[in-house]
Amino acid sequence: MRKVLVLIEAKEGKVRGVSLEVLTAAQRIAGGGEIIAVAMGSDATHYAHLLGIHGANKVYIVSNEELDVYTTDAYAQVFGQILDQVAPEAILMPHSAMGKDLAPRIAARFGLGLVSDVIDVQIENEEVIFTRPIYSGKAFEKKKVVSGIPFATVRPNNIQVKEYKATVEIVRFYSEMKDLRTIVKEVVRKTTTGVDLSEAKVVISGGRGVKSSEGFKPLQELANVLGGAVGASRGACDADFCDYSLQIGQTGKVVTPDLYIACGISGAIQHLAGMSNSKVVIAINKDPEAPIFQIADYGIVGDLFEVVPLLTEELKKVLVNS
Amino acid sequence: MNILVLVKQSFDTEEKIVLQDGVISEEGVNFIINPYDEYAIEEGIKLREEHGGEVTVITVGPEHSENALRTALAMGADKAVLVDSEDLNFDEYSTAKILAAVIKEREFDIILGGNVAVDYASGQVGPRLAEELDIPQVTAITKLDINGSEAIIERDVEGDKEVIQVALPVLLTTQQGLNEPRYPSLPGIMKAKKKPIERLELSDLDIEHDVEGKTVVTETFFSQKKGAGRILNGDIKDQVSELTALLRSEAKVI
Repeated sequence: MRKVLVLIEAKEGKVRGVSLEVLTAAQRIAGGGEIIAVAMGSDATHYAHLLGIHGANKVYIVSNEELDVYTTDAYAQVFGQILDQVAPEAILMPHSAMGKDLAPRIAARFGLGLVSDVIDVQIENEEVIFTRPIYSGKAFEKKKVVSGIPFATVRPNNIQVKEYKATVEIVRFYSEMKDLRTIVKEVVRKTTTGVDLSEAKVVISGGRGVKSSEGFKPLQELANVLGGAVGASRGACDADFCDYSLQIGQTGKVVTPDLYIACGISGAIQHLAGMSNSKVVIAINKDPEAPIFQIADYGIVGDLFEVVPLLTEELKKVLVNS
Repeated sequence: MNILVLVKQSFDTEEKIVLQDGVISEEGVNFIINPYDEYAIEEGIKLREEHGGEVTVITVGPEHSENALRTALAMGADKAVLVDSEDLNFDEYSTAKILAAVIKEREFDIILGGNVAVDYASGQVGPRLAEELDIPQVTAITKLDINGSEAIIERDVEGDKEVIQVALPVLLTTQQGLNEPRYPSLPGIMKAKKKPIERLELSDLDIEHDVEGKTVVTETFFSQKKGAGRILNGDIKDQVSELTALLRSEAKVI
């Protein structure tokens, strides 16, 4: 049994899916031990109950307004204070922009090892073993912490979320923060739809074959029908068809949706690095020789401007009837 | 302005990964500068061009990392430091401790490094080092303006943009979109040959007992290859209908 401390992340007042995955991973590590969730920001009270349903025995709520927008210093100070108080036997965080920034800082502050970007957590011979992709998903490694407590960040969309029946105890934690060295002057939302690309269950992605920013419209319509998000290859971003915030690949985002639909994307290694661990891949491309077909589960050789609207219509019918 | 740039040499992104006795083989592999670190080098050189000062590139790695340093020098960095890491059980904890020991001895206004390396991709060393040095950090930056002792920074937060204000000294990790890294010029390559590379061993840093890794790799493996996919045939309309049916009955994703 281990006492596990987890950091919860919310966006616009809603718990992010990866936070629930982190709680499920925490269940495995805890082995019946206590799970303590930390929720920061003035909305945190609203979702404490949901964290209980997903396995948190205790939720530390820190509702200072300074925590509504993430900053390294504020979060590191508060999380560090709770870590000191709780003395956990393992720590988990989401591998999100926040977790990537915060976890190594906390690890260094407390002299801890850290395994980043894990896609699986298992207990083997009572040890916590983390699995993570390396070389952009071309290979994988299993890693464990050999000195100090296990500490990891969990990649979104890889752990099947489970519900647990737990009664959740709320702990209101008051914290004084000082010497905050970075100031967030402005947050510009560039992501247009409500679906976060890195957490989307369905991703519709466009490449050079999309030909223009207009060309992304049919992809967006398909995404709307499937409740998915739109992404792009580097080629499409370089050609200025869309913003770099949509880029999937080695130098962009890494996504692992249940369904990935690549439209007019040839499938360069740089792109495959960002999506090859998707569960089901569909390729739509005019060129039957495009490398994307080699990793696709299903392929249609054809013009995306013909195929995508047909697919959208067909799916509308199917989804309405179900 | 004293600018320190952290670099890591990594496999060329086109390289195939080969396992030999359970370990990734480096045989015949072409090494490059981690692409995210190239943004850091470029930004460092641009800062020097604008504000004056000196750019020092630092790496912790095996002997062949020298090539990465030479490339950075050819791009325009002034000096380089290579800390030899051969034959030791290192992890991100260790690397950050070593870099901190190297940097504590030096004056700096700004530290730049890639926001992640394309090989092991943990993205830990930057924030860990900032903590070791007790300076602020801003990660995944896409724009940097320095005004006296203050920096205004844009960072990428999963597609959204944050504008951050911070006082120097600061550690910044670089993201795609920040700049277009230059290629080394021929005169640059010639000059780089004469630029100094300082070589350090752990014993020079007096931290030998404090850098043992906290984590170990227990296994490296490949995922099971998926069977070859299915290319559908026939009239496009029929293909689309078939695909929709397959997504429901076989793939079970809709």
